[in-house]
Amino acid sequence: MESNNNLIRLENIKKIYKVGETQVNALGGVSYNIKEGDLVAIMGPSGSGKSTLMNIIGCLDRPTEGKYFLEGEEVSTLDKNKLARIRNKKIGFVFQTFNLLARTTALENTELPLLYSSTSKKEMMEMAYESLAIVGLKGRELHKTNQLSGGEQQRVAIARSLVNNPSLLLADEPTGNLDSKTGKEIMEIFKKLNSEKNITIILVTHDSEVAQITHRRIYLKDGQIIKEE
Amino acid sequence: MNILRTIRVALKSLFRNKMRSLLTALGIIIGVGAVIATVSIGQGAKREIEKRFDAMGTNLLFVRPGSRSFRGRHGGGGTYVNLIPSDAKAILEKCDAVQYISPSVNTRAQVVYGNKNWNTSIYGVSDKYPEIRKWAIEDGIFFDENQVRAGQKVAVLGSEVNENLFEGADPIGQIIRIKKIPFRVIGVLESKGESGGWFNRDDQIVIPYTTAQRRLLGIIHIQSIDISAVSMERTTEAVEQIEEVLRIQHKIAPGAEDDFNVSNMSEIAEGAAESRDVLIFLLGGIACVSLLVGGIGIMNIMLVSVTERIREIGIRMSVGAREKDILYQFLLEAIVLSVLGGVLGILLGVGASRLISIIAGWQTLVSNFSVVVAFFFSGIIGVVFGFFPAFKASKLDPIDALRYE
Repeated sequence: MESNNNLIRLENIKKIYKVGETQVNALGGVSYNIKEGDLVAIMGPSGSGKSTLMNIIGCLDRPTEGKYFLEGEEVSTLDKNKLARIRNKKIGFVFQTFNLLARTTALENTELPLLYSSTSKKEMMEMAYESLAIVGLKGRELHKTNQLSGGEQQRVAIARSLVNNPSLLLADEPTGNLDSKTGKEIMEIFKKLNSEKNITIILVTHDSEVAQITHRRIYLKDGQIIKEE
Repeated sequence: MNILRTIRVALKSLFRNKMRSLLTALGIIIGVGAVIATVSIGQGAKREIEKRFDAMGTNLLFVRPGSRSFRGRHGGGGTYVNLIPSDAKAILEKCDAVQYISPSVNTRAQVVYGNKNWNTSIYGVSDKYPEIRKWAIEDGIFFDENQVRAGQKVAVLGSEVNENLFEGADPIGQIIRIKKIPFRVIGVLESKGESGGWFNRDDQIVIPYTTAQRRLLGIIHIQSIDISAVSMERTTEAVEQIEEVLRIQHKIAPGAEDDFNVSNMSEIAEGAAESRDVLIFLLGGIACVSLLVGGIGIMNIMLVSVTERIREIGIRMSVGAREKDILYQFLLEAIVLSVLGGVLGILLGVGASRLISIIAGWQTLVSNFSVVVAFFFSGIIGVVFGFFPAFKASKLDPIDALRYE
């Protein structure tokens, strides 16, 4: 029976790369469901396929085999343009290296996803201001990237990922480039977003401290789920 | 994403890196500036010549010795001796479409007055020279038929010669020495001004052709005949009549080649205009090559720019930019860059033309047509040379792009 609040349904997802003559099985048949409001960690050593899985869940890539249902819609066979649409409206990304545009203000960085949807300039500013306030950057909106600390930059990245009210937030080693104190602050933000706004959050990490705040953990090795907690 | 927003994104991007944008556009700026400046110099020169020809009148004809096929367009009938004064008289008597004639010879000579010395052109002409050439006398009088027949040693000075030899004093009645022969000054020609930096028409002395033949050159032939037709409409008729008369005079068998050449002023004017046009095209063409180089420069820098911004492209794609959005952004950046470069180039070209006409004294004419063409051309360069880098950018894989160091 299909559960209606399954945000994500993965059915036997496989990803195979051709590197020259050889085939690399990055993912060898992953099946998993994630409900709305879940806070999940995907863990595993390097080469386990966790980045590949995140890319597929985040609609940056398509599986070679298998089906991926996002909010009940099958997205595994969609073309590039439709995937872009989905990334714009439903998914937010936070990266280890922040990935903000240089020489650009926090406000403009946050507005970036709105540029690619039909939002008026006034709405764009309002939504960006709101987003930045949620991550605790009120007053710093017009500072440029190089004027912000690492922790603040990551907050901007989070604000950007939220600005379009996505259903899903994906974070790849979000505290990897931060010191432990700042890292904890960032993790608090994720916790707050999940508990107060019911946003589904998937963290990819190898740091067990990061994984502590999550409800569930999946362990990957050699492209397969080997353990669940 | 709509066009206006894309333009704004492109502009912001360009301004974020002002130095690089400026250097990229430099090729276009210089290229367009060069095109505008060189074409305007060429156009200015052309118009100057047209004005001169217009001032001379369209009923002016020249007869020169030597057939057309030998000589090309320009003068120097010095090596041919088959035109003689009786030819000129025959033309005047027998051609009713001809109004005035002036046989002419010319040379250069040293002219002395007191302790002043000047080397200038000496034109030997008939008494009708001022009427044919539409050249008025500013001071004194021109010589008449009798003085020509008698071969009197009288001279009319061009305004430049007058300046140099007499420096404001009254030259009328004074004696000057041309090639050591004394001549009496009887008049001064009005100043016609320099034209386009080539020869100065006021730097000459006019004397009767008979005097020039006998006293200065020791010849009995003449070098050319200036003729004015009765009217502009009858100019072609005049040409035909002259040719007929001369063929008889020179005993040329029917079907044989003429040993003389009658040119129509407007033919010469057209010829000059044509060669000017060729020059303009040539200069413009060379300048266009530099514009092309500018376009290649834009393409190169855009490619470098794309490589430098691979991460940025990845970020944009991850938040939902489609291939089309990236393509349009980079393409528009190239177009905006080249159009802005074009505008700056136009300003540069116009400024340079003005500067050149002030400093070198050459007339320049900036045609609106060339400005419009330059503007559109720079836009097209942006589209053509910006497309490939923009296309490359749009085809990047977001995952690879995000991982790029």
